[in-house]
Amino acid sequence: MRKLAPAATRRLVRALLASTVLIGSHAVTSTVQAADPIRIAVIAEAQALAGASIPQAAQIAADEINAKGGIDGRKVELVTYDNKSSAADSVRAFQRAASEDKVHAVIASYISEVVLALQPWSARLKMPFITPGAASNEIPLNVHKDYARNKYSFHGYLTSKAQSQAVCDAAKAILVEGRQMKTAVIMSEDAAWTKPLDEGYKECLPKVGLKVLDHIRFSPSTTDFNPIFSRIEGAKPDVIVTGISHVGVQPTVQWRSQQVPIPMIGIASQATNATFWKETNGATEGVLFEMFAAPGTNVTPKTAPFAEAFKAKYGNYPSYAGYTAYDEVYYITDAVRRAGSTDPDKLVEALEKTDWEGTLGRIQFYGREDDFTHSIKYGPGLVSGMMMQWQDGKQLAVWPPQVANGKITFPSFVKAGSAAN
Amino acid sequence: MTAIQILIDGFAISALYALGATGFTLIFGVSGVLNLSHGALMVTAAVVAWAASSELGLGAYAGAGVGVAVCTLLTLATYGLVVKPIDRSRAIPPEEKEIFILTGTLLWGIMIQEFIAYLFTSNAKTVRPIVEGVVVIAGVRTPWNQIFTAVICWGTIALLWVLVNRTRTGKVVLAASMNPRGVTLLGFELSRIYVAIWLIYGVLAGIAGVLLGQFLGVSPYSVGPLTASAFSIVVLGGLGSVSGSLIAAYVVGYLETLTAYLISPAYRTIPSLLLLVAVMYVRPQGLLGRR
Repeated sequence: MRKLAPAATRRLVRALLASTVLIGSHAVTSTVQAADPIRIAVIAEAQALAGASIPQAAQIAADEINAKGGIDGRKVELVTYDNKSSAADSVRAFQRAASEDKVHAVIASYISEVVLALQPWSARLKMPFITPGAASNEIPLNVHKDYARNKYSFHGYLTSKAQSQAVCDAAKAILVEGRQMKTAVIMSEDAAWTKPLDEGYKECLPKVGLKVLDHIRFSPSTTDFNPIFSRIEGAKPDVIVTGISHVGVQPTVQWRSQQVPIPMIGIASQATNATFWKETNGATEGVLFEMFAAPGTNVTPKTAPFAEAFKAKYGNYPSYAGYTAYDEVYYITDAVRRAGSTDPDKLVEALEKTDWEGTLGRIQFYGREDDFTHSIKYGPGLVSGMMMQWQDGKQLAVWPPQVANGKITFPSFVKAGSAAN
Repeated sequence: MTAIQILIDGFAISALYALGATGFTLIFGVSGVLNLSHGALMVTAAVVAWAASSELGLGAYAGAGVGVAVCTLLTLATYGLVVKPIDRSRAIPPEEKEIFILTGTLLWGIMIQEFIAYLFTSNAKTVRPIVEGVVVIAGVRTPWNQIFTAVICWGTIALLWVLVNRTRTGKVVLAASMNPRGVTLLGFELSRIYVAIWLIYGVLAGIAGVLLGQFLGVSPYSVGPLTASAFSIVVLGGLGSVSGSLIAAYVVGYLETLTAYLISPAYRTIPSLLLLVAVMYVRPQGLLGRR
């Protein structure tokens, strides 16, 4: 044993030397690379229509930025992961993005449950993180409650509360004032994002003049909606106010095949997708749904060109989360430029000062003092939303008048009050 | 009013369950195979019918035909690629074959499910209905499609009854389900009978899948629940008993509809699953089971 010792020692020393050289050279290359690309992870639900648009839209933004020479000479590089709509898969992807793929920021998921699972990891790994489509109020509320820890997460979409307000604002104009409607039933799927949405509806609908007669929450695995529509009809409301995202095709098709005579208005994420017409075989005719950006609308000068560029590249218009993801790549990289660094704390500070005209409107974040810290601001002149309607295979904006490119109409089986004009 | 609505709604959904479960129980009765890719086969029929009629623009009838045809081929592939090789394998001890077939068909079903999700995303699809519009029956607005579904289901089941009881092939199949060895002793090739029975099963699953796609819509997420519902109907009715399955389909269908209307749609499946557990305790052979 002792005789072997010198040889073993030599080997050990040699190995140590070699690894030091390796580590050294690695350190050198990584400092060189630090001046190189801005790396953004995109974790999304590739198998769901809403989620599939997220990496695609982000890629368009990255390509456009790179075509113009990048950010201060730094290219934008995306690393994409399919989370299969699973929180556990998303957490693994997030860890991998931070530790192995060395990204500087993460764009992830349209599902609130997934985003809420990622939020603590964003805090632990000090990784700037933004969601393009989850709506739960809890996301910004968590930032507000424990700012020092959770300040790395941003809410790049409107909270459920803001969305309910947007629906109420539109309902007031087009249903209460436009068609003398007085009563509503809330119908929403049981999920994290609809709890605050329903609370918001219950608060704002009566204020705009729609009395809430009933409130139905159903399991997202529901396939037969006939009992639900039958109960709603029993309450005799003027309108059904929806909160649906995980489901969409089935209630819409059964609403049509049952010829439920009550119009539907509200948040219907799947209806925002351009392929929804085909998936429902046109049953979505007359369905009213909220969107914050859409093809053929001039929300900002960037909205329509992005939608067309997306269609040219992927053959379809983007889902709602596509618009937000596209904007996010732009304002994250803009924040890197303003911060002059990808250091997480500096990046967060710069993101908080975001004032970016995107496809959705003018994007700013609520501050630390506000309850919805780091959520995008809702309101006129910022991001304010439109009421859309499916008509003959197309999504048309019917409200507000300054962006409208269509007039509201309903299929003949719907009794939709008396039009004021 | 609600009572009539429950009667009508429950009748249509039960007819659909009955058709879906009939093929499933037939396969078990004849060859002792529990095919856990059942739901995936039905979903394939519906999604292919959707793609053919809406994406390719073939129209409702041709779309439905393509859906049933593809489902039948896939069912034969299930037999040829999964069930038969396991059944013939010498590496697997005979007493373990059943569990291997269960696992094999389950994995096959998951593969089909993932493949559909990959091609068409996991969002739900609805097949263009062959008949549209509504009719008012005793004050209840009923879609024609619902009536159509029930009629086709019962028509198909009746045809199956004629096939099994009135034709030579059907009688051989029936005999094979009672005593496979006896049938071979009479000079019939069991492997041919198996192919015939899987072919019938494929057509039944295909029709049930397309009708389900028209009636409620399907997505890759429906695969598990569809297999589970066929499984529980068949266990409730008695494994291998076709008439037991038909009765069980109506018990489950009406129990679900009653729950959905009178308690909440969210609890729809719970009472029928509780009933299944109770049946397993009290009468493990099912309502009309033979073993």
